Amino acid sequence: MSDTRQTTRYTEYHPRWYRSRVSTWWWLTRWPYLKFILREISSVFVAWFVMVLLLQIRALSRGPQAYAQFERWLQHPAVVLLNLIALFFVVFHAVTWFNLAPRAIAIRFRGKRVPDLWIVGTNYAAWAVISLVVAWFLVRS
Amino acid sequence: MAKQSNEPVIWALFSAGGVVAAFVIPVHLFLLGLAFPLGWIPAPRYEYLLALVRLPLTRLYLFALCFLAVFHWAHRFRYTLYDGLQIKHLNELIFFCCYGGAIFGTVLAGYLLWNFR
Repeated sequence: MSDTRQTTRYTEYHPRWYRSRVSTWWWLTRWPYLKFILREISSVFVAWFVMVLLLQIRALSRGPQAYAQFERWLQHPAVVLLNLIALFFVVFHAVTWFNLAPRAIAIRFRGKRVPDLWIVGTNYAAWAVISLVVAWFLVRS
Repeated sequence: MAKQSNEPVIWALFSAGGVVAAFVIPVHLFLLGLAFPLGWIPAPRYEYLLALVRLPLTRLYLFALCFLAVFHWAHRFRYTLYDGLQIKHLNELIFFCCYGGAIFGTVLAGYLLWNFR
């Protein structure tokens, strides 16, 4: 066995891969692709929000003066603009997330699958309720 | 022996973070980033916020929010770089920067909230 292995050499038939080079900007060519990338980029603004929140917590713990300074920083036009863009992206994330929810959760009730619209609707209703609760804690003082 | 993948854990964190980000970040960002600074709604007073964040439950909520949101970012951003920019040859660097950043954010949040007086 080992002898033949040494003497015979196989040239495997291996066709060349056909792989056309995809442009780095492939996601600009069609709207659904662009939407996909925009949705993915929303994560950057999620991280931005966490950073702002941590800055707020740090300012709070450092005293009234530090907090007033933090509030002034929030009023800077560039920061307001960035927060506006960030809000657009996180809302985009929320909407795409809720609309995908029926694909991720298949709930059965009495042997039948709960319609997609119900799951999406429940998510939006919960979103409204949770937003009101958060706002209730932050707005009163 | 098959190598155990940590992908399910990371994906679960991404998913949980996505839920948190979708449900609570828009309202937080709207109030903190726009409505309060622009004076549409009167901003909460310092003393009130201080008392609120001093409650352990609030801090637990804030920690969970930060922790899950940063891991959500890490996972999604990692794949944006892989697929969007096709920089797969930097796989390891991207992996460590993304999850390293997430761990850093989590530790920072934990540190700030744990030591909040």
